Amino acid sequence: MNKDQRYIIGFQDVHKSFEENHVLQGLNLSIFEGETLVILGRSGCGKSVTLKILLGLIYPDVGQVFVDGEEITQVPEKRMFSIRQKFGMLFQGSALFDSMKVKDNVAFALHEHTKKSEKEIIDIVKRNLEFVDLAGTEELMPSELSGGMRKRVALARAMAYQPKIMLYDEPTTGLDPITATTINALIRKTQRELGVTSIVVTHELESGFSVANRVAVISEGKIIEIGSIDEIKNSQNEFVKTFIAGPK
Amino acid sequence: MPDSEYYLKNWDILKKQLEDFKKFLIHLHGFSELFGHSIVYLFTRPFYLRDILVQMHSIGVRSLVIVLLTAGFTGLVMALQSGYEMAVYGAKMYVGTLVSVSLVRELGPVLTSLVVAGRVGAGITAEIGSMNVTEQIDAMRALGTNPVKKLASTRFIAITIMLPILTIIGDATGIFGGLVISVSSLGISAPFYWMTVLRALTLNDFLAGLIKPFVFAMTISTVSCYMGFTAKGGTKGVGEATTRSVVVSSILIFFLDFLITKFILSVS
Repeated sequence: MNKDQRYIIGFQDVHKSFEENHVLQGLNLSIFEGETLVILGRSGCGKSVTLKILLGLIYPDVGQVFVDGEEITQVPEKRMFSIRQKFGMLFQGSALFDSMKVKDNVAFALHEHTKKSEKEIIDIVKRNLEFVDLAGTEELMPSELSGGMRKRVALARAMAYQPKIMLYDEPTTGLDPITATTINALIRKTQRELGVTSIVVTHELESGFSVANRVAVISEGKIIEIGSIDEIKNSQNEFVKTFIAGPK
Repeated sequence: MPDSEYYLKNWDILKKQLEDFKKFLIHLHGFSELFGHSIVYLFTRPFYLRDILVQMHSIGVRSLVIVLLTAGFTGLVMALQSGYEMAVYGAKMYVGTLVSVSLVRELGPVLTSLVVAGRVGAGITAEIGSMNVTEQIDAMRALGTNPVKKLASTRFIAITIMLPILTIIGDATGIFGGLVISVSSLGISAPFYWMTVLRALTLNDFLAGLIKPFVFAMTISTVSCYMGFTAKGGTKGVGEATTRSVVVSSILIFFLDFLITKFILSVS
């Protein structure tokens, strides 16, 4: 990364427990503006919790989280709603609104937070659906879409409000290899064409390495290794070596 | 003398009871918070007028048939049962009084609210609960929208407007049911029936009949939304939350009905 680049997100000694389960145990992580950081780790190691803390969907027990220079763990919920508008999130299960058509899903944030005319909104919806290669699906209901299509609609919805930061929670989990490749290509296209900062959490190495500028490996609630793809592949850390090579 | 095992066992029971009480207080806090927010958010932008109208249609118009049937049959059965019993004491002609007072004061508000709690409350819990377990609520928050305002406040105001209206329609239908039986089976003339109805009902009856559905509506809405927002554990959890929603709403309707009736009687 270029030294002039500024950090847009920072976690400082973040801890989070769910009853007896101490998920995050002192997470420290900084993310540069415009980069794609992939967080790799086993299932249940706190990757999704990290994203939800960043969105203010859950609050850490201890520690600070900075977004665009603002500490977000102490801000009131009302302010958090405006901070969230900086983010676009692709949920693991897509989380499309079942009761709304594809076009209403994509237009959701535009209807909620802008005073754009219906014509402008329709244009933006069409443009975003074309971006994810799903032109003409505006009138369909989410139940009529395949898993891969749902992910792409969810991506179009997340991008429609032009967020500064995109968050991807296990974007290719449960998809066939061809669809997974399409989603990975879309993540790269989003970063390349829109210049957004992206955080991708995944346990799938191939998917992670194919989109990453930097990779962080999380284990037992802490970042145990962070660096370029090559640095991670050549890491001497026992967990990272096992995670990449697979158990012997 | 009890041994140490005895004390340990009792300590465990006490600890569990304290945990349960703590959970109850947490739920009570969450429930009160949701109730407060549902009201406060009605007065802040955005107002979601379209969503409110959609909910009013879904809650009010689509509940009309079941409310009409419930109230209509209640009026018919009440007139039949009371007519034959009252005939024994020579008071058959006052069926209109009994039917109208019972319906307007008690049965109309309670039955209509129970029907709405079953049809609408269960639907709200199932819908919000499903959205919760499939991360749609999180997605809504991630898109910068307050789900309590968008989902709970809109339903809160829609039920609070529609339930008193449904109750009035239900009352009228029940009284009309009483008329049908009075004229067709009990030999009471229609003008006499209406006269007994109008003479029996007082302003207090109408007020009680309107305060009750108003309070019940706020209860049904808050309970069903709260159960939806706190549903956990996939589809099984949503099913359990839906059942809990109807049970809690029904119990609270009966309990509040008792309190309001006692209050109104003591005031008047």
